[in-house]
Amino acid sequence: MIRANTSREHTNREYEQELRKLRELLLLMGAKAEEIINGSIRALIDRDSALAEQMIAVDRKINQLEIAIDELCMQVLARRQPVASDLRFLTTALKLVTDLERIGDLGVNICERVLELNGEPPLKPYIDLPNMTQEVQEMLHEALDAFVAADVERAQRVIARDKNVDAYYTQIFRELLTYMMEDPRNIFRATRLQSIAKYLERIGDHATNLGELVIFMVKGKDIRHAGKLSDSG
Amino acid sequence: MSAAAVVDRAALAKATAHRTRRNFVADGALAIVSGAALLIILTILAVILFDVVRQGLPRLSIAFLTEAPRNGMTEGGIFPAIIGMLEMVVLMTLAGVPVGVATAIYLHEYASPVSPITRAIRIAVANLAGVPSIVFGLFGLGFFVQFVGSGIDKLFFHGDKVFGQPALIWAALTMAVLTLPVVIVATEEALRAVPRELREASLALGATKFQTVLHVAVPQASPGILTGTILAVSRGAGEVAPILFTGVAYFLPQLPRHLSSQFMSPSYHVYVLSTQSPDVDATQPILYATVLVLLLLTFALNLAAVVVRSRMRRRYAGAGA
Amino acid sequence: MSANSNGKAEPAPKLIVRDLTVSYDGKKAVGPVSLDIVGQHVTALIGPSGCGKSTFLRSLNRMNELIPGCRVAGSVLLDDAPIYGPGIDPVAVRRRIGMVFQRSNPFPKSIQENVAYGLRIGGIDNPQEIAGRVELALTQAALWVEVRDRLNDSALGLSGGQQQRLCIARALAVEPEVLLMDEPASALDPIATAHIEELINELSESYTVVIVTHNMQQAARVADYTAFFYLGELVEFDRTDVIFTKPSNSRTEDYITGRFG
Repeated sequence: MIRANTSREHTNREYEQELRKLRELLLLMGAKAEEIINGSIRALIDRDSALAEQMIAVDRKINQLEIAIDELCMQVLARRQPVASDLRFLTTALKLVTDLERIGDLGVNICERVLELNGEPPLKPYIDLPNMTQEVQEMLHEALDAFVAADVERAQRVIARDKNVDAYYTQIFRELLTYMMEDPRNIFRATRLQSIAKYLERIGDHATNLGELVIFMVKGKDIRHAGKLSDSG
Repeated sequence: MSAAAVVDRAALAKATAHRTRRNFVADGALAIVSGAALLIILTILAVILFDVVRQGLPRLSIAFLTEAPRNGMTEGGIFPAIIGMLEMVVLMTLAGVPVGVATAIYLHEYASPVSPITRAIRIAVANLAGVPSIVFGLFGLGFFVQFVGSGIDKLFFHGDKVFGQPALIWAALTMAVLTLPVVIVATEEALRAVPRELREASLALGATKFQTVLHVAVPQASPGILTGTILAVSRGAGEVAPILFTGVAYFLPQLPRHLSSQFMSPSYHVYVLSTQSPDVDATQPILYATVLVLLLLTFALNLAAVVVRSRMRRRYAGAGA
Repeated sequence: MSANSNGKAEPAPKLIVRDLTVSYDGKKAVGPVSLDIVGQHVTALIGPSGCGKSTFLRSLNRMNELIPGCRVAGSVLLDDAPIYGPGIDPVAVRRRIGMVFQRSNPFPKSIQENVAYGLRIGGIDNPQEIAGRVELALTQAALWVEVRDRLNDSALGLSGGQQQRLCIARALAVEPEVLLMDEPASALDPIATAHIEELINELSESYTVVIVTHNMQQAARVADYTAFFYLGELVEFDRTDVIFTKPSNSRTEDYITGRFG
C-alpha cells in the first residue's frame, strides 16, 4: 500500500505546497459537508428554521470551495504534469469535489423540506431518521479519514455500511407509507419526511463513492460499478 | 539602512576601486610588454629583409628565374637550382610523407599506449627531431651513398659507380628522414583532434577499425597532415647540410634527369656564392636575389600552410555541433 | 500472448538480456540486468544521471568495448543468438543493431555520402542501388522531401534537427533490426524534438527501438515499455502506462513524481 505523500517530499517546494493546499481545501469542504448534514437534522428535530437557513448559507461556501479546488487542480495538472500517485490523487480530488458538492446540495434540500415541515406540528417522534443520519454522518467522516490516512481498509468499511443506510431507508419509507394510508392529512408531512430520507440515502451513496475513490487513489485499482460493467449480465 | 551597512558599502566600494585600478595597471603593463616584443621582432625582421630586398630586388626578374647561370655565376639566373630543388623536394615528399603518416596512424590508432615498443618508437621520433642537420648529412653519406648505393652498384651495375655516389635520390631520402618527425607529429596531432563522435558514428554503422581510420579519421585529419607536409617541404627547401654530402653540386651543365644525377639547389647556391665567388661585386646582386627567392619561397609555403589549414578547417568544422 | 492497449498482439522479445554486468577497470558500472526488449515496440530507459542507462544501451551493440578497461559479463541474445562470445564479430552485430547518438555527428561529406557510408563500407557500390536505398532511408527518416534537391550539399549545412534525422537515416540505410537511440532529442528545440518523437512512433512499426532519455515526459509520450535505472541497477521494468500510473517500486514512484533526482 502506498502512503500518499507522507514519507518523501517533492524536490520542488512550490509543487509540494500546492498539493498541501489542495488537501486542506478538500478537508475543509468535507468538514462543511459534515456540518450541513448535522445542522439540517438538528434543524428538523429541534424545529429550528433559523438553523436551516444557516445551513443553506454553508452550502454556498461548499460551492465556492468546489470552484477553488477545481481551479487549483487544473493549475497543477497543467504545470506539473503529475504522474503515478500524484496523478491518482489529483483525479481523485476532482471527483471527490463533485460528490461533496452534491452532498451539500442534498443538505440544502433537507433544509428546504425542514422549513416546509416547521409550518406544521410534527408528525411523529423522530427515531429512525436521526439514526439513519448518524449512520450517514459516520460514513462520511470515515471516508474523509480514510482519504487523509490513505487507509484502504477504512474505505472498505464505509462501502460495506451502505447497506445499513439502504435498510434504514426502506424501513422509514414503509413506516411513512402506513401513516399516509391511515390519514390523508398526514400525506403532506409524510412525503416531506420521505424526501428527507431519500436525500440521506443519496448522501450515503456519495459517501460510498468517496470510499471507492480512496481505494483507487491508494491502490490504483478502479473498483467502481462492481458487477455492473460487462454487457452480458 | 543601518549605519554599519552604509560603512561596509563604502569600504567595499573602495576595495573594488583599488582592485579595478590594479587590474587596469596590470592590463596596461601587459599590453606594453607584448607590444614592445612585437616591435622588436618586427624590427629584426625588417632589418634582415631590408638589406636583402634592397640589394636583391633589382636583380629579380622572370629571366633570373628561368635562365641558367653563365660566366662563372656572375651572370644569368638560377633556373637549374630551382628545378633541382623542386625535384629533390618532390622525391622527399613522396618518400617521407607516406612513411610518416603511416607511422603516425600506427602509433595513434593501433599501438598500445603502454607497450614498450610504442614508447621506444615515440622516443626515437623525439630524438630524431633533435639531431643536428649536419649529422643527417653524414648519415646520408655513410648509409645511403656508401652502403646502399654501393650495394646497388655491385648488384645491378657490375661495380660501376652509378648510385654509390652523391645522387638526387639519396639527398631526397636523407631529407625525408630529417623531416619525418615533423610529419609524424603533425599527423598524430591531427588524428588526435578527430572528434570521437565521428569515429563512433562510423563504428556504430558496422565499419571495421581500418575502414574508420581510412574513411573517417584520415580525411578529417587531412588538413593537419597537409600542414605537416607543407612544413616539411618548407624545411626541405632550405636545408643545406643534409644535401651537402648526398647530392647537391655547385654547377651542373644539365638538369638532373635520373635518380642518380646530382642537382643544384638555391640554398647551396647561396653558400657557394658567398664563399667562393671569383668576382664578389658581380655575384653579390645574384646572391641577394637568390636569398630573396629562398625567403619568398619560405614565406609562401608557410602562408600556404596557414591558408590550407584554415580553409579545410572550415570545411570539416561543425561536425558534432 | 496478451493484446496490449493498442490492439497489437505482443510479439516475442527481440533482445533477451540476462545478468548483464558492465564494469570499467574492475569497478562495476551497471548490472546485473535482466530484461526482455519487445520487438517492434519502443522501450525507454530512464533514470537520473549516472544511473547506467547509457552504459547499458551501449552494451547492446557492443560499443562499450571500444573503451579501454571495459568488461562485459552476462549474455545478450538477438533473436535467440548471442551477440557476445568468442568468435562473434562485433562489426556484424553493429550492422544488425544500429545506433543514433545524443549530439548529431554527420560526417563532413555530402548528404548523399553520409547516408551511403554504411552501404559502401558494406561493399555495395552499384550507384543505382545506393541511390535507391539512400532515398528510402531519407524517406523513412522524414527528411527526403527537404533534401531531395541538395543531396550533394555538405551535411554540415543542415539545421540541428535535420542533422539528427540525417544520422537516423544513415543508421537506417544499413537496414538494422534494432535501433538504439541515446537521448536523440536532448540537443534539439521543442519543435525538432516533436518531429523526432513522431519519427520514433513511425519507426517502431518496422524496427525495435530502444531509447535512453532523461526527459520523463518524453518516455511517457513515446515508449511502450519503460525501464527505470538507478545507481547502476534496473529497478523496475513494465509497460509505460503502468510505470506512470501505479509503479510497483517506491524508488520508481519517487523518481517519476520528482521526489528526488
